[in-house]
Amino acid sequence: MAEAALTATAVANAAESIETPTARAMRRFKRRRGAVFALVVIAVFVAAAMLAPLISPYDPDLQTWSAVRKAPSALHWFGTDDVGRDVLARVIFGARASLLAGVISVAIALLVGVPVGLVSGYVGGFIDALFSRITDALLACPFLILAIALAAFLGPSLGNAMIAIGVTTTPIFIRLTRGQVMVVKVEDYVEAARAVGNPHWRIALVHVLPNILPALLVQATLSIAAAIIAEAALSFLGLGQQPPAPSWGSMLNAAQRFLVNAPWMAIWPGLAIFLTVLSFNLVGDGLRDALDPRSR
Amino acid sequence: MQLIPTLFFVSVIIFSLQHLLPGDPALVMAGEERDPAAIEQIRQHYHLDRSLPVQYVYWVKGALSGDLGESMRLKEPVLSLIVKKLPVTITLASMAIIIALTIGVGAGIVSAVKKDSLWDYAANALALWGISTPNFWLGIMLIFLFSVKLGWLPASGYVPLTEDWRASLATMIMPAFVLGNAIAAILMRHTRSAMLHVLESDYIRTARAKGLLEHSVIFKHALRNALTPVITLGALEFGTLLSGAVLTEQIFAVPGFGKLIVDAVFNRDYAVVQGVVLVTATAYMTLNLLADMAYILVNPRLRG
Amino acid sequence: MRAFQLATAAMLLLVSAGIACAQTTLRIGLAEDPDILDPTLARTYVGRIVFASFCDKLFDIDEKLNAVPQLALGYETAPDGLSVTIKLRPNVKFHDGEPFNAAAAKYSLERHMTMAGSFRRPELAAVDRVEVVDPLTIKIVLKAPFAPLIAQLTDRSGMMVSPKAATEAGDKFGLHPVCAGPYKFVERVPQDRIVGEKFADYWNKDNVHIDRVVYLPISDDTVRLANLKSGGLDLIERALATDIKDIRADPKLKLATALGLGYTGIDINERSKNPLGSSAAVRQALDAAIDREAINQVVFNGEFVPGNQWVSSENSYYQQAFPVPKRDVAKAKALLKQAGVTTPFDVDFMVPKGAEPQAVAEVVQAMAGEVGINMKIRVTEFATSLKQAEAGEYQAYLLGWSGRSDPDGNLYSFYKCKAPLNYPGSCNPDVDKLLDESRVPSDQAQRKAIYEKLTRLLLDDVSIIYLYHPRVLIAHTVRLDGYRQLPDGLVRVVGLRLK
Repeated sequence: MAEAALTATAVANAAESIETPTARAMRRFKRRRGAVFALVVIAVFVAAAMLAPLISPYDPDLQTWSAVRKAPSALHWFGTDDVGRDVLARVIFGARASLLAGVISVAIALLVGVPVGLVSGYVGGFIDALFSRITDALLACPFLILAIALAAFLGPSLGNAMIAIGVTTTPIFIRLTRGQVMVVKVEDYVEAARAVGNPHWRIALVHVLPNILPALLVQATLSIAAAIIAEAALSFLGLGQQPPAPSWGSMLNAAQRFLVNAPWMAIWPGLAIFLTVLSFNLVGDGLRDALDPRSR
Repeated sequence: MQLIPTLFFVSVIIFSLQHLLPGDPALVMAGEERDPAAIEQIRQHYHLDRSLPVQYVYWVKGALSGDLGESMRLKEPVLSLIVKKLPVTITLASMAIIIALTIGVGAGIVSAVKKDSLWDYAANALALWGISTPNFWLGIMLIFLFSVKLGWLPASGYVPLTEDWRASLATMIMPAFVLGNAIAAILMRHTRSAMLHVLESDYIRTARAKGLLEHSVIFKHALRNALTPVITLGALEFGTLLSGAVLTEQIFAVPGFGKLIVDAVFNRDYAVVQGVVLVTATAYMTLNLLADMAYILVNPRLRG
Repeated sequence: MRAFQLATAAMLLLVSAGIACAQTTLRIGLAEDPDILDPTLARTYVGRIVFASFCDKLFDIDEKLNAVPQLALGYETAPDGLSVTIKLRPNVKFHDGEPFNAAAAKYSLERHMTMAGSFRRPELAAVDRVEVVDPLTIKIVLKAPFAPLIAQLTDRSGMMVSPKAATEAGDKFGLHPVCAGPYKFVERVPQDRIVGEKFADYWNKDNVHIDRVVYLPISDDTVRLANLKSGGLDLIERALATDIKDIRADPKLKLATALGLGYTGIDINERSKNPLGSSAAVRQALDAAIDREAINQVVFNGEFVPGNQWVSSENSYYQQAFPVPKRDVAKAKALLKQAGVTTPFDVDFMVPKGAEPQAVAEVVQAMAGEVGINMKIRVTEFATSLKQAEAGEYQAYLLGWSGRSDPDGNLYSFYKCKAPLNYPGSCNPDVDKLLDESRVPSDQAQRKAIYEKLTRLLLDDVSIIYLYHPRVLIAHTVRLDGYRQLPDGLVRVVGLRLK
C-alpha cells in the first residue's frame, strides 16, 4: 500500500517537473530582461493605438493656423506641426498606421511565403527548383527598389504600401520555411508518420509545420520591425500613408524641412519609430534565444 | 549553373515592374513642354510604341552584347553611367562594411562572452540601434550635428579616394556610418550566436581545461572559428547595402547607384533601372557563389 | 645689386604665379540634376540655370521683363507684323573658336524648329523661315503676327549653338555643349557635378571675374542649405520660404529674391461628372472658400504673393479690375445652394509629391471642408500625375507652372481648346478668339485691353483657381559681390566677384 502511494507521489512529482516546451521557452524568455521590457513597450504602443480616440488630446487633423510650428508647451506637449496640428495627437494616431503596416505586411508575407516554402521544400524536384530560382531572383533585387516600384504601380496609399512591403518580404519567408522544412522532413518522427500511412498534406500540416513555427515566429517579429521602417521609408518618399492621415513615416517626411526651426516635428515620430522597432528587434532576439534548442 | 535561370527571372521581374508602372516616359521627358510630335519621336526612338514582349527582346538582345541601352533623361549609355558610378558605390559599400564589421563583430563578441549581463544588453542595444532608426532620419540629424553645428565634416558630396584620401574620407564617413549601422546588427547577431556555439563546444572546453588564459581562449580559438561564417555573411549583405544606399545617397548627395536608381524609377527611365538591377543582381549572385565556395573551403566537414 | 634684382624678379614671378594659381570657383547648389544640356532638347527649369553660364541667347531680359541685347543688338518688327529683322553682335566666337554670324544664327534657329525630339518647336511654331540678310543680320519670317516672338528668343529658343559642333555631335551635343556663353563646358558627372571654366574669348569677358563655375545638384532642401551654411557651396537656388528667417539671421549669408514669373493653382477637370467639374458656380464657390492670405502665412511664412490671375499683381499685365479676393464662406455656401448641390460631396484631389504642395493641399482641404467640399488628397508622383492629367483621370489637380516672361506663355497653352497644357479641358470659342487676337498687337496697352475681356471670361469659368506666386529665393555667401536676382529665376554669372 505504502509503495503504491509512494509510487503515485513519485509519478505526480515527476509529471510536475517535466516542463512543456512552451513553459521552458517562456522561462528562458523571461530571463532576458531586455526582451521582457521590450514586450511591455510594444504593449504600450498597441494600447495607445487602440485607445487613440480616448487618450488623444486633440483631433489629429485639426489645423490651427495661428499656432503653426509652435514649440512644446503646456497646451501642446509635443508641439505643433507645419499646419498647426498637435504632434502628440498625430503620434498617437500614427501608431495605428505604422503598427498596422508592420503587422499586415508580415501577415501577407506569411500567408504567401509559408505555403510556398512548405510545398517547395516538401515536394522538391522541379517545383522546388522553379520556386527557388524565382525567390533568389526576388532577393537579388534591392528590396527598397522593388517596394518603390510596386507601391508606385499600385498607387500611393497605406494599403498598397503594406502590399508592396508584404510582397517584398515574402521571399524571406519562402526561403526560411523551405530551409526548415528540408531539415525537419528527414527527422524520425516524420519518417514514422509516413510509414504509418499518413497522406503528405497531413504530414506537412500536422507534423512539419508545428516544428518550424518557432523559427517563423522569430523571423516574423524581426520582419515586423523591418516593415515598420520600410513604411517610414515609403511614406518619406510619398508612397505610403496619404495626407492628412498621420503615420510616423509621413510625419518625418514633412518634418525634414524644419529640422532647424521646429525639431520637435521630427524628434517625436523618430523616437516612436525607434522605440517600437527596437522593441520588436529585442523581442525577436529574445524569442530566438528562448526557443533555441541548444540553450539550457 | 543556377545563375542563368535566376538572372532570367531577375530580368523579367524588373522589366515587367518598370513597364507596368503608370506613366509614360516620353511624357516625363517632355515635362512642361508639350509637343505631340516631339513626344511621338521620343517614343519611336526608344521602341516605346512596340508591344511589351518585343521591347523585352530588344533589351535582352542588347544586354547580351553589352549594350544596356541609353538613359532617356541624360542620353548617356547605361553601361557608361554604371562604370562611372561603380567606384563610388564600391568605396561607400566597403567603408560601410568595415564600420559594420567593427561595430557588429565587436558587439557580438562582447555580447556572447558576457552573456545576460549589462554588457550584453548594452552591446545588443548599440548594434540594434542601427536597424531601429530610419536611415534617412539618422543621416539628416548627423549632417546637422557634424556639418552645420560643429563644422567638422562636409555636408555632402563625394571626392574620389584616389584624388585626396583625407577629403574623401571626410565626405564618406557619415553616409558609410549610416549604412554600416544597419548591417552591424545582423553581423552582431551572427557573431553572437556563432561565438556562443563555439564557446560551448568541446574544442573550447579542452582549451580551458588546458589552463589557457580566458582572453587567449576567446581571441585565438573561439573567434577564428566563429568569424568565418560572419565574414562571408558580410559580403552577402551587399543587397541590403544597396537598399539602404537608396535613401542615404539621396540625402548625402553621393553620386552612386542608389541615387541613380531612385531618380530613374521616378523619371520612368526604364533602361537605367533595368540595367543597374541586372548588374547588381549579377554581382550579388556572384558574391553568393564565392561565399558558398569559400565557406566550403574553410569548413572541410561540409565538403563530404 | 644683380642678386637683389634677381631676387626681386624671382619673388615677383612667384607672387604672380601664386595669384594665377589662386583660381576662384563659384559653387552653385541646384535643387535637381538637370536633364540633357542641349538647348533644343532640354526641358527642365534647372537646365536653364546651367545654360546661363554656357549658352548665351539672342536677347536677355531685365527686371521689367523687357528684352535687352545679348548676342543680338536689336530688332525691328515689320509694320505688317509678319517679319522681324534682327541685328547680331559682331566679333563673337563660339567656345570652339568658330565665329558667330547670321549663318550660325539661322542654323541654331532651324535646329530648334526641325530637330527630332526638339521641345522648342511649339515655341517657334509661328516662324515660317529664317533668312540671312547679311553676315550680321537675319530676318525671321512669320506665318502670322506673333508678338511674343522676342520673348521666346530670351529663353532657350534664342540660344545659339556652334554649327560645327552641333552637326558633328547630332543628338549627343548635350553631352558636351559648345555655345557662346561666359563659361566653357569642361565636364559633367551625372548627379554629381557640372563644371565650366572661363571662356577667354567671351564677348563680354571684361565682366567675368570668376575662373570656374561648378554646379552641384543636391535635392534635399535641408542638406542644400546646410552645405551653404557650412561653406561647401557659395550659392543655392530654391531656398525654402520657411528658411528665410534663418538665412536673414545668418551674418555669413545673403538672400536675393525676386517675384517669380510663375504661379501655383488648382486645375479643375471640366470633363468630370463631379459637381465641381460640371458647374462654374461650384468652382466659384471653392474659389471663395479659399483664404489665399492664410495659405501664404501658414505654408510660406507670408513670403510669397497670393494671386488670382496667371500673372502676379506686380506684373504690368495684371488686371487691376479683378483684385485678389478675400475668403468669403457665406458666399461660397450661397453659391453651392444656388447651384442645387447637396453637401458634403467628395472631390479627388491629385497633388504632386513634395512637402510644400502637400502642405498647401492640406490647408486647402481644411478650408474647403468648412463649406462642405471634401477634397480627398491623393499624393501622386510626377510621372503618374502627368499621365493622369493628360488622360483627364482627376477631378482637381494642384499644379505649378514655372512661368514665361510674356503673359502669352502663361495663357495660351492653358486655355485654348485642345491645347496641350489645357488639362481642365475648357473650351470656349470666345476665349480662343481673344487669345489669338492678343498675339497680334505689339503695343502693350492694346494687348492689355484684349486681356481685360479675356480675364472676365476666364475668372467666371474658373477652370484654374490661382493660389499664389512663388518668389525666386536664392541664398548666397556674403563673399559673393554683385548678385542681382531677376524674376525668371536664372543665376546670371556675369559681373560677379568672389572675395
